[in-house]
Amino acid sequence: MPSLRHEIRFLLNETPVTVSEAAPDTTLLSFLRLERRLTGSKEGCAEGDCGACTVMVGRLAGGELVYEAVTSCIRLLPSLDGCHVVTVEHLSRDGGLHPIQQALVDAHGSQCGFCTPGIAMALYALWLRSPAPGVTEIERALQGNLCRCTGYQPIVDAALSLPRYGTPDADPLAMGRAAVQQQLAAWQDGARVELAHGDARAILPADGDDFAAALADNAGATIVAGATDVGLWVTKRFQAISPAIFIGHLAGLQQVEAEEAGLRLGAGISYAQALPHLLDRFPHLAELWWRIGGDQIRSMGTIGGNIANGSPIGDTPPAFIALAATLTLRSRRGARTLPLEDFFIAYGRQDRGADEFVESVFLPYPEPGRHDAAYKLSKRRDEDISAVCGAFSLRLEGETVAALRIAYGGMAATPRRAAAVEAALLGRPWSAASLAGAATAFDADFQPIGDWRASADYRRTAARNLLRRFHLQTTGMAGLRLSRETAA
Amino acid sequence: MMHGPADPHRSPPPDAEAGAIHQPVAHDSAHKHVAGTAPYIDDLPERDGTVHACLGLAPQAAGRIASLDLDAVRAADGVLGVLTAADIPGANDVSPTGAGDDPVFAETAIAFHGQPLFAVIAATREQARRAAAKAVIRIDDAAPVRDIAAARAAGGDLVCAPLTLRRGDALAGLAAAPHRLSGRIAIGGQDHFYLEGQIAYAVPGEDQDMLVYSSTQHPSEVQHMVAHVLGIASHAVTVEVRRMGGGFGGKETQASLFACVAALAARRFGRPVKLRPDRDDDMLATGKRHDFEVDYDVGFDADGRIQAVDAVFAARCGFSADLSGPVTDRALFHADNCYFYPAVRLRSEPLRTNTVSNTAFRGFGGPQGIVACERMIEEIAYRLGKDPLEVRKANFYGVADGRDVTPYHQRVEDNIVARLVAELEESAGYAARRRAILAHNEGGPVIRRGIALTPVKFGISFTATWYNQAGALVHVYRDGSIHLNHGGTEMGQGLNVKVAQVAADAFQVGLDRVKITATTTDKVPNTSATAASSGSDLNGMAAADACRQIVARLTAFAAEKYRVAPEAIAFEAGTVRIGERRLPFADLIEAAYQGRVHLSAAGFYKTPEIHWDRASGTGQPFYYFAYGAAVSEVSIDTLTGEYQVDRVDILHDVGRSLNPAIDRGQVEGAFIQGMGWLTTEELWWDDAGRLRTHSPSTYKIPLASDLPPVFNVALAAWSENPKRSIKRSKAVGEPPFMLSTSVLEALSMAVASVADYRVCPRLDAPATPERVLLAVERLAGQGGTP
Repeated sequence: MPSLRHEIRFLLNETPVTVSEAAPDTTLLSFLRLERRLTGSKEGCAEGDCGACTVMVGRLAGGELVYEAVTSCIRLLPSLDGCHVVTVEHLSRDGGLHPIQQALVDAHGSQCGFCTPGIAMALYALWLRSPAPGVTEIERALQGNLCRCTGYQPIVDAALSLPRYGTPDADPLAMGRAAVQQQLAAWQDGARVELAHGDARAILPADGDDFAAALADNAGATIVAGATDVGLWVTKRFQAISPAIFIGHLAGLQQVEAEEAGLRLGAGISYAQALPHLLDRFPHLAELWWRIGGDQIRSMGTIGGNIANGSPIGDTPPAFIALAATLTLRSRRGARTLPLEDFFIAYGRQDRGADEFVESVFLPYPEPGRHDAAYKLSKRRDEDISAVCGAFSLRLEGETVAALRIAYGGMAATPRRAAAVEAALLGRPWSAASLAGAATAFDADFQPIGDWRASADYRRTAARNLLRRFHLQTTGMAGLRLSRETAA
Repeated sequence: MMHGPADPHRSPPPDAEAGAIHQPVAHDSAHKHVAGTAPYIDDLPERDGTVHACLGLAPQAAGRIASLDLDAVRAADGVLGVLTAADIPGANDVSPTGAGDDPVFAETAIAFHGQPLFAVIAATREQARRAAAKAVIRIDDAAPVRDIAAARAAGGDLVCAPLTLRRGDALAGLAAAPHRLSGRIAIGGQDHFYLEGQIAYAVPGEDQDMLVYSSTQHPSEVQHMVAHVLGIASHAVTVEVRRMGGGFGGKETQASLFACVAALAARRFGRPVKLRPDRDDDMLATGKRHDFEVDYDVGFDADGRIQAVDAVFAARCGFSADLSGPVTDRALFHADNCYFYPAVRLRSEPLRTNTVSNTAFRGFGGPQGIVACERMIEEIAYRLGKDPLEVRKANFYGVADGRDVTPYHQRVEDNIVARLVAELEESAGYAARRRAILAHNEGGPVIRRGIALTPVKFGISFTATWYNQAGALVHVYRDGSIHLNHGGTEMGQGLNVKVAQVAADAFQVGLDRVKITATTTDKVPNTSATAASSGSDLNGMAAADACRQIVARLTAFAAEKYRVAPEAIAFEAGTVRIGERRLPFADLIEAAYQGRVHLSAAGFYKTPEIHWDRASGTGQPFYYFAYGAAVSEVSIDTLTGEYQVDRVDILHDVGRSLNPAIDRGQVEGAFIQGMGWLTTEELWWDDAGRLRTHSPSTYKIPLASDLPPVFNVALAAWSENPKRSIKRSKAVGEPPFMLSTSVLEALSMAVASVADYRVCPRLDAPATPERVLLAVERLAGQGGTP
């Protein structure tokens, strides 16, 4: 049994903070604004979508201190144990402006000013990892920040001008890095943390075994990884999440293993952490990846969470199903592995026992010559939820379809394979004529609904057209895709 | 030393000892914005005993309240009590026009999904929100009237009297025209999505006094509404607003509800009460831009020259009038955009529906008028096989040639559209780029491209003529520092810095000598909304008037004291020249104080020349017009309907800019906001009449990555307001919003390529990827080749 601790400890700007009484559903933003009277971080939406509440969180990942922008409105306080929280108040100590702030002022980057602290923090996180960012990097870093006044041009200009204002080397966070790292490391005591507030309980297991034990003892507990979904249950639905088991700190769930036959991603790995590993063997996922949430969500949200919450419109399941991914679930009883598509039973129902958790997802390496693609369609290109997501994996023998996996999100109550379409194409020539012949099979596979993201008609038409796009792409047709780079 | 970017509009200003008028000085709060130290209402320290309110909203769109069981709400943790319509001592009404149709709380009938039914007051905001969710509401259902078609089918009930503008005989003109076409465009609404949501904080005082901090564009109206609802005199209510985190029209009338509920609760419980709705509640319970359906019938000749227009502008107004009358009026006022209609009939149809009551939003109906107008031009172009720009040029208003009269019988006397368009066409390389795009599309690629140049002419002045007045209050203190107050409100548009520039200019002192202060109804009374782009026009003039009075008193004092002629006295760069003598400004002020000179003045301004007779549809509602033009280039994916805006060039007219940096920010921001309106911002109601896009996860405003990679924005440096506006500047808040029409038309052109430009695609707005794809498929079905 690991030792037990009944408080969380973190650094808030320069101040060590200990919290021994906190409900599992206390948000970081309400802690900052209501308890600490740090009102620079704003609430614009309380669902992690507008970025006005953006702060940075530093954490030890593989022993390394990493700072990431996060949306404090849905970040739950217990998850900050052993972290360094940096708010906008930390930027301009002594009354002077930080280079990022000065650049924003000089470029006229604020109008009403309400989004501005969040934008400054998002750019701060960018600047720390990329001191002279280019336009694409800046746009990506700002995908999670809405501004309704400026039209963004002066904000982008400010970010482009950052090298003229200073370098991160001289930044207080860089200078104090060693001390912070030391402090956070010293706090890593291998203990399980249990917090109570009235009847509500938060548990931070010591490790994976302890997680399995905690879940077995608290069957049906809410598992909180990045809280990008659970956070909204709290802020929008007042859903009680106690007992809540927080797992964002578990290094054991954040392993990436390049095995002989494929890549194994720990369920607790964030989208941002996963990307460099994926790019190597699955470069087609890059486009999809940059369209998952915004920078903050990609830093918080986890691969396991995106699968385990069972959403029909999650971004990763269709892409992973097409890749023939398998899922490993674990409990105190042991571990089991199943094809990812079998995990999704029906809307709101997954093949996961109350004492089980998603431990890892395994992506078999593609055989040479295989064609893979994953396409997302949404009303707005970035930081939007899929209307339709289509993923394709094709192996040809000559001109003939030898193997084909097609998966869609947004077309049914679960992410699902297009079995009838696959069957209609298997063994046929990979041609426009075959595609036309398979068109009716879509209706056998899917009867999509219409909602605010898209009508059923659009979903049907676009899903077929994504297959056409995939076909054209495999034939090497050029000029097939929109490109902001070529536009400029 | 740090240097800003090279662009002159963006560089730091030169030393501003002399007031810095026409200089690109930064927003007065810029430092506080970036530091997070600019307080918005929710950031103010809460007074002792502060409690929090939450609204309980109607769960259905129509019907009657069978029972409203609030026992569980009252019993919830931290709850002090609840308020319903029965608890209102004054009028249960916040209608801004006196229509009496806008209840604070519904009494029996439910008018829309999200309508406030009650409020609960609790120790914390979270407790109030959790308690509100415990209400047991039973409603006897009725079928909601969701949209324009349903409202017409149900008899076409109107929220206010419609307007007709008429000149010449439109029907005869249509009958006689060589060519004629008719069509319809549906234009969606828009949520304001101000980043700071609605909020009010009410603090009860002695007697019946009530101090309300309100995030409002219209403090005087909030003051009057609070008095009206509480049943007390206006003198007992003070409303203060230092800044808003965005407004865009959404806080012109919509702030009243929140202020009134906070004030009701503060009175009832004797505590300071804050009401800050959650984003979803805000989006459900507050009005938005009106969506329109416009039916047009236009006659023209072989050159595309319009001979007659007959059009009906139907608007979904929601359940009450709010500002729908003036909004739909302004749609008609802009249904001509820049074009002369020899014969015209324009009619509005402000329809009542079971949806939230739509309200002011940047452009105030003007955008819908202009989009419909430009659709007519586009239709004519496709019918005749012409470049729409050619058709535009053929129809521009003339200059003193008889082709210069609007449908409301005002002459267009300051027409500069032809010059603006010619300059932009040249600088943007429109002709060559259009040729290249036509060539690109010819090969039938998956990615099609489009380009469009559209102009804007926007009428400046409130059409409610009495609104065109403003007040200011200026104090000069003994140390020479200046306290500036005026009736306008700051929502990010830079009004305060512009008015401060005017005041600093009047005294010829540095901007840092002028203190910008919160707008409050006890300093400047009976103010107009900061709306209709009028903020700096009206308040700048009022402040200038106040400063002029003090300068005149100082001049008379100095002339007498130093025995020089008044003409020998001049205020110059921080000093005052008095004959041969030169005094620091502060020294003169101290001397004037000792000489018992009144160093405070109330300024006033009313816009001259304007008048408007709605009954006859004639008059001169606008003091002047602001102009602009934009070229947008886009690409679409014909397989998915996805698109991107590749390049935008803008030339915009702000007269002689008071502050080119602020004005440029308005132009860029308005354009992108307009682009969002016409592309990804879609309001979607389900069959039960419930708005389902009520948060940023479902309602998609533009992101930084939606910016056109090439975005060239210029202000027309040669333009000067021919009218005696403040420093010959022009209003800028709304006019550039409509430059985004070029994006819709460029998308339309890319779609039209599928059928070889033979058919106008009739792309409705917002042109979501879905609408683009379905239009592509529709045109392909008409013989095109996607």
